[in-house]
Amino acid sequence: MKPAPFEYFAPQNLPEALELLEQYGEEAKILAGGQSLMPLMNLRLARPKVVIDINRLSELQYIAPGSNGDLAVGALTRQRTVERSDFVQRENPLLAATIPLVSHAQIRNRGTIGGRIAHADPAAELPALSVALGAEFTARSARGQRVIQSQDFFLGYMTTALQPTELLTEIHIPAWDPGFGWAVGEVSRREGDFALVGAIVLLRLDENGACENARIVLFGVGAAPVRMRKAEEMLRGRRADGKAIAEAAGIVSEDLQPDSDLHASAEYRKEVGGTLTRRSLVEAISRAREATKR
Amino acid sequence: MSRKHNIIVTVNGKTYERSVEPRMTLVDLLRDELALTGTHVGCEHGVCGACTILMDGEAIRSCLTLAVQADGGHLMTVEGLAKPEELHPLQKAFQERHALQCGFCTPGFLMTAYAFLEETPAPTEAQVREAISGNICRCTGYLPIIQAILEAAPIIRSASQER
Repeated sequence: MKPAPFEYFAPQNLPEALELLEQYGEEAKILAGGQSLMPLMNLRLARPKVVIDINRLSELQYIAPGSNGDLAVGALTRQRTVERSDFVQRENPLLAATIPLVSHAQIRNRGTIGGRIAHADPAAELPALSVALGAEFTARSARGQRVIQSQDFFLGYMTTALQPTELLTEIHIPAWDPGFGWAVGEVSRREGDFALVGAIVLLRLDENGACENARIVLFGVGAAPVRMRKAEEMLRGRRADGKAIAEAAGIVSEDLQPDSDLHASAEYRKEVGGTLTRRSLVEAISRAREATKR
Repeated sequence: MSRKHNIIVTVNGKTYERSVEPRMTLVDLLRDELALTGTHVGCEHGVCGACTILMDGEAIRSCLTLAVQADGGHLMTVEGLAKPEELHPLQKAFQERHALQCGFCTPGFLMTAYAFLEETPAPTEAQVREAISGNICRCTGYLPIIQAILEAAPIIRSASQER
């Protein structure tokens, strides 16, 4: 058998799951889709004493439209369910475009939205996406609940603001602004593999075609998703032309401090980070122009 | 050793009851406990796709699911594909197109393609390529595999219309 022995619990509802988390805390791991935890356990990089399987918590599986175009997604919702959701396709084109980049279909069939976020792999798309969209996360414990902003959630390599007794239960995505221009791009060894480098851009243009505000988030280039604030600041109020784009890409490339690993050198990642930023800005600006025309 | 759990699973229409350790993966249950060795186990960390099966109609990696999690579930493995007297159109197409050499990856490709064609009965070549991107073939047989899936698609379509 691959994983080391563990005690297994399959709570039937949220209060039961939270009670188990309260009891076992750091000794326990939450098993949602298992698409990240199971490889770690099969390789025995993770040896939890207790596994709390939350797959029976059907109350955490939903895609619920809010009253003003916002979107609430239950943490246990499968990535594939979001991918197939007409509502998501219609209401949030950036989410719709990003989900198919998350690994392969077999993985998305099991993998959950909450799991991908709580696991906080620095090369994963959904943490970066939630930062770009300004998502909020609801964390529940037996003692109560709190809301954590996505920008305060990802603390470092596979490390989040969640306490050992807390469970991520909901992802809240603010209403999509029809004026948004957006783009997502990544470079990976094989389609669906983890990104060596990825970029997400979300921006708005004002009536004069200048950049009103822009969010640029890079992933696969550090311990957590990185907001490229210097480049965002530079673009504010600037005419969205080729010169501004090239300048922003240059700033991103310079600002990135990626690590070298087996898959790519730091130098390569800096270069590709700049290139992906440039391409994504071109695409996002053209979408924003289309949007303002309408 | 941790406490064992009793589970009931239906595989290819047949129901099995077993007592398993929670750490047993689903692929080990199929192969070692149920003697269904058609499902192959490759990398055991979700990269190669050799262990792909269907659970409740969805293609999944059976190395990344625990046997206890399949309790009450309906599974389909490569053994459930052919009728006793004839191969499934996908299997026939794989044979005709030489879409396998050593055959190790084949069960995973077949089950991946089966689930994909259920959802996408008339795929483009690009869709087929994307659909099999999570399966690795080390005899470099991708082109024949893509051809085989594209050729099997209309045959499966017309068969399902007759049903």
